[in-house]
Amino acid sequence: MDAITTDQLTKKFDTLLAVDRVSLSVARGELFGLLGPNGAGKTTIIKMLSTLLSPTSGSAYVWGHDIEREKDAVRRSIGMVFQDPAVDDQLTGRENLDFHARMYGMKKELRLQRTQEVLSLVNLEDKAEILLKNYSGGMKRRLEIARGLMHYPAVLFLDEPTLGLDPQTRHHIWEYIRNLNEKQQVSIILTTHYMEEADALCSRIAIIDYGKILITDTPAALKNSIGNDLLHIRASDLVRLARELEQQPWVKGITSHDSHIYVGVSQGEEKIPLTVNLAQAMGIQVTSISIRRPTLEDVFLHYTGKTIREEDISSTDRIREHMRRSRRSHP
Amino acid sequence: MKGWFNAQAIYVLWLREMKRYLRARSRIIGSLGMPFFFLLFLGTGFKNFKPPNFPSSVDYLNYVAPGIMAIVLQLGSMFGGMGILWDRQFGFLKEIMVTPVSRVSIVLGRTIGGITTTVVQGVLFFCVALLAGLKYPGIAGMLSGLAFMILISCAFVNIGLVIASLMRDMQGFSIIMNFVMVPIFLLSGALFPLEELPRWVQSLCFINPLFYGVDGLRASFIGISTFPAALDFLILFALCGVMIILGAFLFSSVDVD
Repeated sequence: MDAITTDQLTKKFDTLLAVDRVSLSVARGELFGLLGPNGAGKTTIIKMLSTLLSPTSGSAYVWGHDIEREKDAVRRSIGMVFQDPAVDDQLTGRENLDFHARMYGMKKELRLQRTQEVLSLVNLEDKAEILLKNYSGGMKRRLEIARGLMHYPAVLFLDEPTLGLDPQTRHHIWEYIRNLNEKQQVSIILTTHYMEEADALCSRIAIIDYGKILITDTPAALKNSIGNDLLHIRASDLVRLARELEQQPWVKGITSHDSHIYVGVSQGEEKIPLTVNLAQAMGIQVTSISIRRPTLEDVFLHYTGKTIREEDISSTDRIREHMRRSRRSHP
Repeated sequence: MKGWFNAQAIYVLWLREMKRYLRARSRIIGSLGMPFFFLLFLGTGFKNFKPPNFPSSVDYLNYVAPGIMAIVLQLGSMFGGMGILWDRQFGFLKEIMVTPVSRVSIVLGRTIGGITTTVVQGVLFFCVALLAGLKYPGIAGMLSGLAFMILISCAFVNIGLVIASLMRDMQGFSIIMNFVMVPIFLLSGALFPLEELPRWVQSLCFINPLFYGVDGLRASFIGISTFPAALDFLILFALCGVMIILGAFLFSSVDVD
């Protein structure tokens, strides 16, 4: 049995198709990433899987329990770390954990013992008696991760776990997450729009955009799928060159920009002279060629046709665009 | 965790309200300020005003003190019930809603927590009123008053919950404050007799839960009321039941995000 399976899971808000027939499965013990820009539908998927939202259509099972018909069983199997802080500022760290434990019906001894365990897991033992309003953003996030683990969940959801944290804190949180997955054997689903985060943590990644899953694979396989090497080419006539390169059997994919193109290949060193020769034969002047390993950013660009960064500029604009699209495709 | 009634969850929700209440000491004092000044200045300003149909032994301060107490309870418990809006604002509602605790237990925990803090406020006000000149009503009067305090709080915590369940955010809060809370206490007979009001306004008063609350508190504290205390009690009790059911129902359908 998988930790999570979804079948054609769909959520519609009025005219906005937030999640569009998503089918995925996450194995037990996996650290699975949903990678996509803001507004892509990642949080909506998490909310449906955690029973906070009902799907419009489709089905999903979490730890073998139907998210619609066995809400309590699902709730008991999952731990949740929300994107925005969801703590009581007026309570101390320990009280927040205790509140959580009691809501899950944990007995006193277990509660006390588990509180110590999860506090030490995120190194907050000496901050336990401080009111949450005096915690920093990183400390709050760590406490929420600890709280998510309090009741021994089988599956832990982390919604943008490092959003708004400084780089150093982010790396610490990554350590905690890795540790949980490996040592505590917790299956983890995390959403992120940080490429490095998905790359550094996840055993498998689903790239999601406009509510649809575009591709799912391991980070390494995703990068290889667009070529082991990327040639960055500037030339006098990029359009013609790109058209010609597309015909070559050794070219795995091309993404075009205004001033340059990226060509995915394997054994890149050997392909540089081939490209230059080809261009010369066509009378095209090659200005420069450089070679590098593809990153997830390139993968994302390849499958969505845009970089994730330009999408981050405005999520409102994005949602508007999304609504326009979904209206078009679902009249 | 057995079904809809989860005692441990209700207890910890109540405990949370208590901790938050005790930690906001300035709020405890602050919310006693308004009723205290009302009592002091209305009580002295209208000293020679004789409420109609009331024996001349009852001065305005004794007439208005139960009324102001009812207002204290009404505002306190409505704010308490609407606390879920704050919880939503600060994200804590999600933490509550994702737990395997039945929505009914969540509403009960919240209601009992709201009742406790509001009744404490009411008792504090009662002490202040005694110092200001309210006649000591005796043990029976105080116990009966306490029962009415609990019922008023219970009704209005749930009215607050109902309103908050229907609201998306804090935007409409001042509308609720000015167009719901204020008319409720003005049309409850708390501050002035309702006999002079136009008939149709008077009939509004009879569907106002606070009207029965004020009447019951007056019956308990000064022994004079429009209806017998038992009738006030029964009507309020029934209203509480309706409001709890409505509150639990609407709260269960609340969307979290």
